[in-house]
Amino acid sequence: MATDYVIAKQVSKHFGHQQVLNQIDLTLPAGMIYGLIGPSGAGKTTLIKSILGMEVVDSGTVKVMDTVMPNRAVMAQVGYMAQSDALYETLTARENLTLFGQLLSVPKIKLAQMIDYAAGLVDLTSQLDKRVSGYSGGMKRRLSLAIALIQDPQLLILDEPTVGIDPELRQQIWTELNKLKDTGKSMLVTTHVMDEAERCDYLMLIRHGIALAEGTPAALKQQYAVDTIEQVFMKAGRMQDANDGNS
Amino acid sequence: MRTMAIVKRVFKQMLRDKRTLALMFLAPLLIMTLMYFLFQNNTTQVASLGVHHVDQSVVNVIDTKNVTIHHYDSSQARKMIKQHDLDGYLTQKNGQLTITYSNSDPTSTSLIKASLQSGLVKLKMKTLVTVTKKQRAALESQQAALKKLTAAQTQATVTKLKTAIAQAQARGDQATAEKLQKQLKQATATTSSSTQSAKATSYTTKSHYIYGSSDSTFFENFSPAFLGFFVFFFVFLISGVSLLNERTTGTLSRLLATPIRRSEIIMGYLIGYGGFAIVQTVLTVVFTIVVFKIHLVGSIWLVFLTNLLLALVALTLGIFISTFTNSEFQMIQFIPLIVVPQIFFAGLVPVDGMASWLQAIAHIMPLYYGANALTAVVTKGAGLGDIGVNLLILVGFMVVLTMLNIVGMKRYRKV
Ligand SMILES: Nc1ncnc2c1ncn2[C@@H]1O[C@H](COP(=O)(O)OP(=O)(O)OP(=O)(O)O)[C@@H](O)[C@H]1O
Ligand SMILES: [Mg+2]
Repeated sequence: MATDYVIAKQVSKHFGHQQVLNQIDLTLPAGMIYGLIGPSGAGKTTLIKSILGMEVVDSGTVKVMDTVMPNRAVMAQVGYMAQSDALYETLTARENLTLFGQLLSVPKIKLAQMIDYAAGLVDLTSQLDKRVSGYSGGMKRRLSLAIALIQDPQLLILDEPTVGIDPELRQQIWTELNKLKDTGKSMLVTTHVMDEAERCDYLMLIRHGIALAEGTPAALKQQYAVDTIEQVFMKAGRMQDANDGNS
Repeated sequence: MRTMAIVKRVFKQMLRDKRTLALMFLAPLLIMTLMYFLFQNNTTQVASLGVHHVDQSVVNVIDTKNVTIHHYDSSQARKMIKQHDLDGYLTQKNGQLTITYSNSDPTSTSLIKASLQSGLVKLKMKTLVTVTKKQRAALESQQAALKKLTAAQTQATVTKLKTAIAQAQARGDQATAEKLQKQLKQATATTSSSTQSAKATSYTTKSHYIYGSSDSTFFENFSPAFLGFFVFFFVFLISGVSLLNERTTGTLSRLLATPIRRSEIIMGYLIGYGGFAIVQTVLTVVFTIVVFKIHLVGSIWLVFLTNLLLALVALTLGIFISTFTNSEFQMIQFIPLIVVPQIFFAGLVPVDGMASWLQAIAHIMPLYYGANALTAVVTKGAGLGDIGVNLLILVGFMVVLTMLNIVGMKRYRKV
């Protein structure tokens, strides 16, 4: 049990009359890349925020690192990258990284190393001392990812990490994520890119707040008798709509 | 440690935002300078008054440096005012003075009104003094006669008593002699006291000013209140908008996705923006004292302390208010609602004279306490003991608002 980084049980959440999450179960063991896929507005971001304790859930429990969420101290072990960049535009990239490193109590000597490492990973080393206000959209995205890595966390929760990043760098980042996985770290990643979904160890397809299907990419393809995850996505959606129509 | 990281960030952001820095540090100086020139020379306005057939004695007393007199040969006030662009017209028929005001400028009207009123009072006094002088002369001659009479009488009594004492002593009657001796003393005492009362006659008035001087200006009296107001206003605006930005750009919830405490964020803001508030206060206070030669009676440290507390209240209030807004524009909307009314209770209008419900409002306004304390220190030299209660109330405001802010951040993270 201790090797499960995230255990979410029966998580439900609504906004107004809309049921955004409907009794979701999610278990993320150590050393796994877990992909969340689903159409826009499916509830992926809401699920991530609920796991982090940033969103109040109606029912269900979430444990991160064996700690019931919400919990402040556990946040130090989670690298989080939000869907929208939240950066201090008047500061440079290095200052942004330093600030979050300090907030996460990274020791000073290690912080310098981690800044170099994280910046190198997202190919920002040469732009580190430029103000974020002068960054392009993709550069900001990369900086957000670097911030998520700054304290060398065991668990990474990345909400659409590769949006706006060019294919070459995207490959590089996925290679690096796999390396991190091999050291026993886990990642919870949302994505709309199906070839990224194929690279995950495990997938959950959410639609209208319901976990429609889950399993390894291979198992899902088999289950729906299709060749690609994209087809799984489409077929599962059609089946859900058909079911809704029947009942 | 985490608080200091926030403080450092606030400092860096502020130092890079030159416009905001200029607003915070230079705008108060600019406005103070403007106010100085506006209110310093508030007595230079001169009203023009036309007169027709008015006794010279009356004209003489109205003719002050605020009213210039023009003589005309017409009793038609309306026409003359229009024709010569006068502020007022004074005519006389027998003992009856008639004044007509143009009233196009209320200040001129009140200048003439005041001059006329005080002039007439002066005139009355003069007459009174002449009368009194005559009366006094009469009284004095009467008193002199009386004194002569009394002296003569006393002399007679004294001689009489003296003979009686001598007789009693000769008889060997010591008791009677002593009794008479006492009477003698009394008789001489009354004489001297009556001369004394005759001396006390003329009084003159001389005015002394304990605070400031006779040329204490509006500016001097109200600059402490404005000092407090500026600090309050700018700190409120800047801290409120910056936390609002932090909320709308998502950095606040990103911050709260780290192990930082909600209180550490608020403390970081207090220390960071409080630092700039200190610089602003020192700059404005020193500028006002050095350039405008404002007479600071009390301790400058108390002025700094009071302003700092006021700034911290503004800071926490700004952060608090920003949680109810979704844009900078909405933040601006709170200024006429929250900040501007405070200036009315800062001492410009004496709070004691207000209706009781207005007084109640005054007592929930931080600026009321802050400005009162500042005015007391600057103009009356109040010490820490005198303004201690005010400062404590400011601390109270700050503590309550800080608590509310810390609790309010639960919206973004439950712990
Ligand atoms: N604060 C909120 N108030 C009201 N409704 C909300 C709020 N946040 C999200 N929702 C609703 O919840 C649903 C799920 O939103 P969520 O952001 O989780 O979607 P998502 O799966 O992340 O979509 P995307 O792929 O576009 O990022 C949406 O229909 C959205 O309208
Ligand atoms: Mg999303």
